[in-house]
Amino acid sequence: MTLTHYLVLSGILFSVGAATVLLRRNAIIAFMGVELMLNATNLSLVTFSRMHGELTGQVLAFFVMVVAAAEVVVGLAIIVAIFRTRRSASIDDVNLLKS
Amino acid sequence: MSALVGAAEVVAGNLPGVAGLLPQAVDSAGDASTAEAVLFWVLAPIMVIASFGLLFARKAVHAALSVILVMVSLAFLYVTQGAVFLGVVQVVVYTGAIMMLFLFVLMLVGVSSADSLVETIRGQRWIGWLAGIGLLVVLAGVIGTAAYPTPVGLGAANEDTNPTGIARVIFGEYVFAMEVVGALLVTAALGALVFTHRRRLTPRLGQRERADARVRAGQHLAPLPAPGVYAKHNAMDVPALDPYGRPIESSVPRVLRVRGQEADAAEYAARIDRVIAGKAAVESGRTALDEQQDNPPPVADPAGAPVGAPHIGDAVAGVDASAPDSEEGK
Repeated sequence: MTLTHYLVLSGILFSVGAATVLLRRNAIIAFMGVELMLNATNLSLVTFSRMHGELTGQVLAFFVMVVAAAEVVVGLAIIVAIFRTRRSASIDDVNLLKS
Repeated sequence: MSALVGAAEVVAGNLPGVAGLLPQAVDSAGDASTAEAVLFWVLAPIMVIASFGLLFARKAVHAALSVILVMVSLAFLYVTQGAVFLGVVQVVVYTGAIMMLFLFVLMLVGVSSADSLVETIRGQRWIGWLAGIGLLVVLAGVIGTAAYPTPVGLGAANEDTNPTGIARVIFGEYVFAMEVVGALLVTAALGALVFTHRRRLTPRLGQRERADARVRAGQHLAPLPAPGVYAKHNAMDVPALDPYGRPIESSVPRVLRVRGQEADAAEYAARIDRVIAGKAAVESGRTALDEQQDNPPPVADPAGAPVGAPHIGDAVAGVDASAPDSEEGK
């Protein structure tokens, strides 16, 4: 196997994450799809770091993880706030601004 | 900073075999070792299947568990690729903190929150599938056509262990980004607090306010009377008697009243009436002197007061003691 296999795996995981965001209606599951996409990106960053023999890629993946942690905190707070007012965790129900 | 580098060295020191083995895992042709290939081909199908679990699972908890599986497998792959620090961080931060946060929110929102199957946007399902597969095709094209450099491997970069090298890059080249990320985390924490904060729309109701409201409404202020205590019957379901001999319904616990398990108040009222009648009959046979000694009439008793009403307590005690057969036992 070559290092390209890691990239292929990363691409598959990224596509599945994107499809999850597009297809699932539950806000929490869609959010987990975003996390899966970030993880797939991290895998390719680590692989690139190994290809080039530099640690910068790993540092970038590290920053992605930190930003993902911050994003999860705020995103889940939004989901909880919406659930409190609308009694639902479905994305379809958040159409308050429509028309 | 030196403390952090030291801690990182301790982390790497716990994995001496991995840290020593991995930098040589890529040969000059870019091919990984056989052990790595075996690990990859075991983990990759598991990860893909688990990610499909996220896409298809009906219950959100199952989706979360499959994502956790993907993330732990990713940690394995990181360690295999020489990113020991990231592997540990992946397990600690992603699996240990972020996914647990997801599970917490899942419990908060309700495990049973299922997907709605009603399409609000027409054809959204097919468009979503098309976009997902299209993205996969585009990514496959990019990965297939890109020109990769000859893999160098992390042997030189990881010379002083991987965490030390990463610490040098983070706190050297990217120290400003590190500071900004710290500010970002603080802001995110504050943002979460603001989002989940609920402003009180009505003034807080404390003990004082409740007491005032009760007085204003003219409700019963003192504790409710206890249930009745009799020579023959002492139970929670028997109503107590007021000074005029009438049963007090509210003295029976509310739960018993709701269940309909209280003793019949009317029956007790009838018994009291009988007692009153008996006492009146006894009194009519007595002399005026005796009555004066036994029961001095109340000073404020007007002429129209109910006959015998002030003597009820005395009458109950007297009849119970003198003529036990006159009452049916309960």
